[in-house]
Amino acid sequence: MLLKRLTEASGISGNEWEVRNLIINEIKDHVDDLKIDKLGNVIAFKKGKEIPKKLMITAHMDEVGLMIIDVDDKGYIKFTTVGGIDKRILVSKPVLVGDKKIPGVIGSKPIHLQMKEERDKAIEVDNLYIDIGVDSKEEALKYVKIGDYITFDSRYIEFGDNLIKAKALDNRVGCSLLIELIKEVEDISFYGVFTVMEEVGLKGAGPAAYSVDPDICIVLEGTLCYDVPEIDSHFIPTRLNDGPAISLIDKTTLFNKALREKIVEIAKLNDIPYQYRKSSMGGNDSGKIHTTKEGAITATISVPCRNIHSPTSVMSRKDYENTLKLLKAILCEYKKGEFTSGI
Amino acid sequence: MDTKKFLKELCTNYSVSGHELSIKETITKSFEKYADEINTDRLGNIVIFKKGKNNDSNIKIMVAAHMDEVGLMVKSIEKNGYIKFTNIGGIDPKTILGQEVIVHGKKPLFGVVVSKPPHLQEASESNKALKLDDLYIDLGYDSEKLKNYISIGDIITINREFRELKNGKLTCKSLDNKAGIATMYEAIKELMKLDHKADLYFVCTVQEEVGLRGAHTSTYGINPDIGIAIDVGFGSTPELPKHKTIELGKGPGIAIGGTIHPKLREKMVKIAEKYNIPFQYDISPSSTGTDADAIQLTREGIPTLCLSIPLRYMHTSVEVVDIKDIENTAKLLAFFVASITEENLEGLLCY
Repeated sequence: MLLKRLTEASGISGNEWEVRNLIINEIKDHVDDLKIDKLGNVIAFKKGKEIPKKLMITAHMDEVGLMIIDVDDKGYIKFTTVGGIDKRILVSKPVLVGDKKIPGVIGSKPIHLQMKEERDKAIEVDNLYIDIGVDSKEEALKYVKIGDYITFDSRYIEFGDNLIKAKALDNRVGCSLLIELIKEVEDISFYGVFTVMEEVGLKGAGPAAYSVDPDICIVLEGTLCYDVPEIDSHFIPTRLNDGPAISLIDKTTLFNKALREKIVEIAKLNDIPYQYRKSSMGGNDSGKIHTTKEGAITATISVPCRNIHSPTSVMSRKDYENTLKLLKAILCEYKKGEFTSGI
Repeated sequence: MDTKKFLKELCTNYSVSGHELSIKETITKSFEKYADEINTDRLGNIVIFKKGKNNDSNIKIMVAAHMDEVGLMVKSIEKNGYIKFTNIGGIDPKTILGQEVIVHGKKPLFGVVVSKPPHLQEASESNKALKLDDLYIDLGYDSEKLKNYISIGDIITINREFRELKNGKLTCKSLDNKAGIATMYEAIKELMKLDHKADLYFVCTVQEEVGLRGAHTSTYGINPDIGIAIDVGFGSTPELPKHKTIELGKGPGIAIGGTIHPKLREKMVKIAEKYNIPFQYDISPSSTGTDADAIQLTREGIPTLCLSIPLRYMHTSVEVVDIKDIENTAKLLAFFVASITEENLEGLLCY
């Protein structure tokens, strides 16, 4: 299964090669042009009916994770975070270290030996370390080195009512959608771009947008979803199973109203459930894309994901299917030439 | 069965205190080849009996390892298919966020542990440890459907694969004290090659994590001449003072302290030296925090020993042990019990 392979592959920001290779293998027979740019972005072009406005669809390939910064005398690995990770999520987790995916664990002081104040405080990343079982620094350095990336050790698991648990759903879910579009949609010209280093400051998207220079861009994402009991509904950014989430505003973009309304209209016309992403928190590649060169009109469509940036992210297969349906309907309208009028 | 494979089977099954039944079959099936008799007492302790050779004076040695593990329990079913839960045994709430769990309801249900959304927390909150009350489990069903599968009181365990690390280190949940059960298993296999006078009772005790309860009743029932608890001890890690820990890979910790019979302990040390088995001292001046404490104070008092298998990150779901320590603890245990005879026992026990 595509999403299983994508989420179980490792691709921390700046080290996306494994995901990139997987994506290229998936799409190479379905595109008319394919290149990897100087930063590692994958820029694919599908040739079809010529439309006056250039469309680009993007998904970032990278995920948050950890990086080795030191190995101590006993062979314990000290690390730093890459991208936004809540330090409290790290304790008592298995991890995979380096390209060889050496198994290790992040342990913590036994509860029996903790002082009261230790019990009440979150553990700082500086006080955590990874244990791979070795007994000395020399031995550790046979398997790992400073600068190696570390991913969560978390498998793709289907559970509950059509739900999926995996790491890196943000944003392998976007990659999976874009791969499916590239494979299945014919006779429409568009650029499919898989970007690097979104999680560390939207770094790949700018240069990619510079070279493609799109008029319109749709950014595909896995986004914040919190619907635990006891929170007021206006605090809920998206809800699981309510359909694709269309962004209104985030820290990097005020999304174009006309394009947003067009997308909503298409969803309604095709009877596809949708929701608005109601939080102004976070940001994504759109932030760079809509301000590159003379600018571009952007929209973000996301699959709601509970617990993003954790080893146990959760999404609904139903939301995925509805997002794919909406994207296909948009491309269908785009092909007719109607889509871009008035935008 | 290979001891490592046995240990893996124990760890990946569950036996939260009071709910140890699900590993009973694994244990009895593995031990029955080596045992003369296996019984289960009223609390659920599994007593594996191995008869001594020409044991005219009826010497009895009891070896106890607890088979229960810490875990969680369903407290309530909330809206949107989320549940609230509480702990059984000593669990650090800091180790629970983001875990995969299995709720052992009418069928095992997979779920994940989540917290209140970070964007709704005060900045200062991110420096505070989460409490179990701040956490939910997401099982992916709506509440109505969920009620068909699970009930309040169902047991929850962390979903954790058993993995081998470098240098013979093993990691999983509940190595405390499945490592102890595996040690007894390794020891009984070792004892097939040795003659032993004493009748041996290998007891897999219940409910240690909530108050050494199984050890109380099983010791009373057996009334042994010597009791030996096999449990795990705090393995050394960077944040722990060296003098409070024992090191992985350096052999069993032989407990010293009020709980431990001094002459028997000296005998244990001599056996280790005689057979060249690495060992360390595990200092517990008052109580050991293991079944040994309960064994010692049973009936008129029982001369007691305790061997500790070094274990890192105790009561987290990523505990680490070294297979070599399990093997060496088993070897020491086997040679020790084989060394006890009617001729030396009285001398060893008198003050």
